[in-house]
Order: sequence, then structure tokens, then C-alpha cells
Amino acid sequence: MEHTAPVNPWVALAYLIAGICFILALRGLSSPESSRRGNRFGMIGMGIAIITTLVTHVPLGGLSGAHGPAIALHGDFVDLVTAGEILVAIAIGATIGLTIARRIQMTAMPQLVAAFHSLVGLAAVLVAGAAFLNPGAFGIAEAGVIFVQSRIEMGLGVAIGAITFSGSIIAFAKLNGNMSGKPILLPGRHILNLGVLAAILALVAYFTQDQAPWIFWTITVLAFAIGFLLIIPIGGADMPVVVSMLNSYSGWAAAAMGFTLHNTAMIITGALVGSSGAILSYIMCRAMNRSFISVIAGGFGAEDAGGGGGGEKIDRPWKRGSAEDAAFLMKQAEQVIIVPGYGMAVAQAQHVLREMADKLKEEGVTVKYAIHPVAGRMPGHMNVLLAEANVPYDEVFELEDINSEFAQTDVAFVIGANDVTNPAAKTDKSSPIYGMPILDVANAKTVLFCKRSMGGVGYAGVDNEVFYQDNTMMLLSDAKKMVEEIVKALD
Amino acid sequence: MDFIAILSIFVLACFVGYYVVWSVTPALHTPLMAVTNAISSVIIVGALIAAAAAGEAVSKWLGLLAVVLASVNIFGGFAVTARMLAMYKKKERPVAAKK
Repeated sequence: MEHTAPVNPWVALAYLIAGICFILALRGLSSPESSRRGNRFGMIGMGIAIITTLVTHVPLGGLSGAHGPAIALHGDFVDLVTAGEILVAIAIGATIGLTIARRIQMTAMPQLVAAFHSLVGLAAVLVAGAAFLNPGAFGIAEAGVIFVQSRIEMGLGVAIGAITFSGSIIAFAKLNGNMSGKPILLPGRHILNLGVLAAILALVAYFTQDQAPWIFWTITVLAFAIGFLLIIPIGGADMPVVVSMLNSYSGWAAAAMGFTLHNTAMIITGALVGSSGAILSYIMCRAMNRSFISVIAGGFGAEDAGGGGGGEKIDRPWKRGSAEDAAFLMKQAEQVIIVPGYGMAVAQAQHVLREMADKLKEEGVTVKYAIHPVAGRMPGHMNVLLAEANVPYDEVFELEDINSEFAQTDVAFVIGANDVTNPAAKTDKSSPIYGMPILDVANAKTVLFCKRSMGGVGYAGVDNEVFYQDNTMMLLSDAKKMVEEIVKALD
Repeated sequence: MDFIAILSIFVLACFVGYYVVWSVTPALHTPLMAVTNAISSVIIVGALIAAAAAGEAVSKWLGLLAVVLASVNIFGGFAVTARMLAMYKKKERPVAAKK
């Protein structure tokens, strides 16, 4: 199609190199050693993309003519004021971003990531809006008439961006505790959601026929609404999937804008991020044995769903242990496997947990950590917290790598995890978590279960058989306090 | 570039993404999300174009606002990723504790 402005091959090449840098950034994450270099590749790629755009669109110096048209793709001359404005905008963003990045607590990473996704979504909406108002600047219109192909890309881009924005805001509010993690179920929500989605698609189709502003802005508003509607019925336990899914959406939004602007860096990045989020969502769903559709449909962990599986509320005998008992048992053990969960994150117990592990290692005990893929509120959440507490990453194992070891382990120390250890997932077909792969802590000689009280059950609202086993000892206390006491008792 | 060329790049990049992301170790899934978030802010390219363009004031201001938002993400995303990655350490002592 001849409608694009003649692209300077060097410029196209620069964007391609930026895209390759982003691929290398993700590639680096295949191991912790190479990951830091990967992150630097990412920064270099972003630097190339930004500088290329600035050089081609904002001729610095503003001397008309001198090196004008050769550099300026669209021939629009912009004075120093514009360049200044842009640099100030970048500086403001950089200051906010760096401050947040430095201050944020590692336990709050899920909220932060959700908040960042919302910014990508909003930025996509704004860019699409700007492109709609001034299509000439983006080279997607002739005499004010936007090309049909660009209208589709723009309509889809603004819709995905808006969904990402409002969905991430809700996810943020739920993760940050501004909103209850309990699902909010509107009557007839499936019909409503499908109706809104159909309306958005119909409007995008109509947008190709008529470039009227009301269509564009109605698409935007409806997309904001659907993002909100899609996330409110999803419960706290499904947040890892939601965060991954929104990650994916932010990528598709960038890709859609890349199509509009014919920019390779944006398309490559969008595809990478989109597939990354999709794969993470898939991994999370598999780890919970849920289908993606059932997560999206929401309602999991709602109060009425809770009573269902295996939860006859009779008082059954269980054993309570003290910190001294726990210390004694672990000291005598040959191998201890620690199973951390969201409760550890909430109690900020990771540092003192590491201390406990150090003490045990001094006693000659082998200490390992077992991580379930959905432990915590986002993929890899527990690994980051343990890394923060200086736990060497080669002591931390994924479910499939360590599960067979529980049978040869003296003590399984479960701290702040529940559903991911529940044998009902294997035995009880009526249980809402049936089929979910679990950590077989019950096979260990002794299970120490650190939990705040007997009353609270996990997010799935299911009682855990492990509590009542003969070889289980319940350590009822705040996770951090309990581990501190164990550390004292180990001395 | 015509649509098919762009579509080809997109589809191939999806495949690259698929294989690259599967090779990411699960221990680094949180940094993966942080860094993908940072790089998806490459959308700043569009924001810069809008902010630099003359003619339409509203469009320009939308662009500038988008530049701010995307910059928060870029700087915040890369910085927080770097902070996380710096924490991943191997065992200090090279004692092979394998049994």
C-alpha cells in the first residue's frame, strides 16, 4: 500500500534492532546468571527505540531547513519548546517510575505489576486517541480520511488498551486490599459481558464505514466498562491468572498500535509480551487444574461455593505443637522441606525463615524449599521473596522437581500455604480444587503446619485433611512470630 | 510496509515469543512480568510521535500524557526488574550438598 510515508531504511533498521534487543532481554531470563545481561539488552532496545523516534520526529535545534527533511520524516518542524516538553514529560515519568521501583516492597510486587499494566493500557488508549485526532501526523490518513485498515487496527488497539486499563485497576484494587478479594457477581453478567463485547466488535466494524468521533469514543467507553466487568467477578485465588492475562493484553495493545504505526519494534514487542502473558496464564491455569474459560467466568472462591467440598464442620482431633517442639523435630531431622505460601508473604516472614534455615544447616540438616506454581499472587512471587531474603536459588525447587522427595523427608514445614498441600485435590471429586497438582507434604514423616488459626481455610474454602493426620503438628500463630520463636528455640 | 509484511513479522514474533518464554525458568516468572511490562511500554514511540506533531493541540497533549505514563513504566519496570534480579544468588559456599 502506498499510503505510508517513505520509510528511511536506517530508521526501520533501528526499530528492528530494538525489537531484537527485546527478544534477547527475555531470552536472558532462562537462567538467573544471564538475566541481568538480558535486562540491560532490554534497556538498550528501549533507548534505541526512543532515540530513533526523537531524532526522526523532533529535529533538535529547530533550525528550519538545515538538516530538516533529510531527518524529519514528516517534515513537521518542531521548535525547541516541543523537544523541551517531551524531555520534561520523560523526566517526570522517570522520576515517578524510579522512585516507585526503589521503594516498593517485594511482597507488593503483584499490585505494582497490575498498576504498571494499567499504565500501558491507558497509554495505548491515549496514543490511539491522539492518532484519531491527528491522523496526518501518524501517516495513516489522506486529507483527513483515515485508511480503513488503520481504523480497524486503531479501534481494536483502543479497545484492548482500555480493557487492560480498567481491568488492571480492579486487579490492583483487589491485590492491594482496596477492594475485597471476594468475587462480585452481577446477575446476568455473562449475557451482559457478551453483549458489551459484541457491541464493541460491531462498532469497530461500523467504524470502518464511518469515521465519526462518537463511534471511536463509544468503543473506548464500552471497552473501559468491559475491563471492569470482566475482572470484578474473579476471586483472590485466581489473581495469578488475571495478572498474567492482563500482562498478555498489554502486549496485544502494543502490537495493535504497532500495526497502526507500521512500527516493527512495537509489533515484535507486542507479540513477545502477548505470548509471554498467555503462556503464564496457561501455566497458572494448569497448576490449578482450571480451564481458562472457568477462570474468566469468575465466581471461584465465592462464599456460596465455599461450603461445598468435604467440609463437614465437625470438630476433629488435631495436635497442637509449640515452637520448642518444632525446633526439636527439625534439629533431629536429616532433611527439612519448607513450603511457603501467600501467608508467609503477608506476615513478611521470609527473612526470619532464612535465619531458621541457616540455623538448621549449622546443625547439619539439609534444607530445601518447595514452591507450587500458584503459591502467592503472581507467577514466581515466592521465588522473588526468598531471593530477597538471600535464599540461594539452587535450594529452591519447583513442584515437579521435589514432590517425590517428601516421602524421604523427615519434616515438611508448611508456612502460610494451604490449598496447594490439600490431598482433597487427589481424592475428593466433589472438591473445588479436585485435580489440582499438589505438594505431597502428607508423605513426610512429620508435617509442621504453620497457620494463624484452625478456623480460616484457604482461598478455595476447603478444609485440609493434612491438619488432622497423626503425623501433623499445627503451629498456630502469626507466621513471623512462630518462626522467630523457633529460631530462639534452636539456639 | 504493506500489511502482509507487517503481519509476517507479527506472526513470526509470536513464535519467537512462544519458544523464548517457555525457556524462562519458573523462578524468574515475576521478573519476566516486570520486564515484559517495561518493554511493552515501547508504545512510547507512538506517544512521542503524537507529542512531537504540530497542528492538533488535544492530540499533542494526549501524546505528552502518554509519554509520562509510558516513561513511568519504562524506568520503573526496568529498575524494579534489575532490583529483583540482583537478589538472585547462588549458594555462597561451593559445597556440593547433593545427596
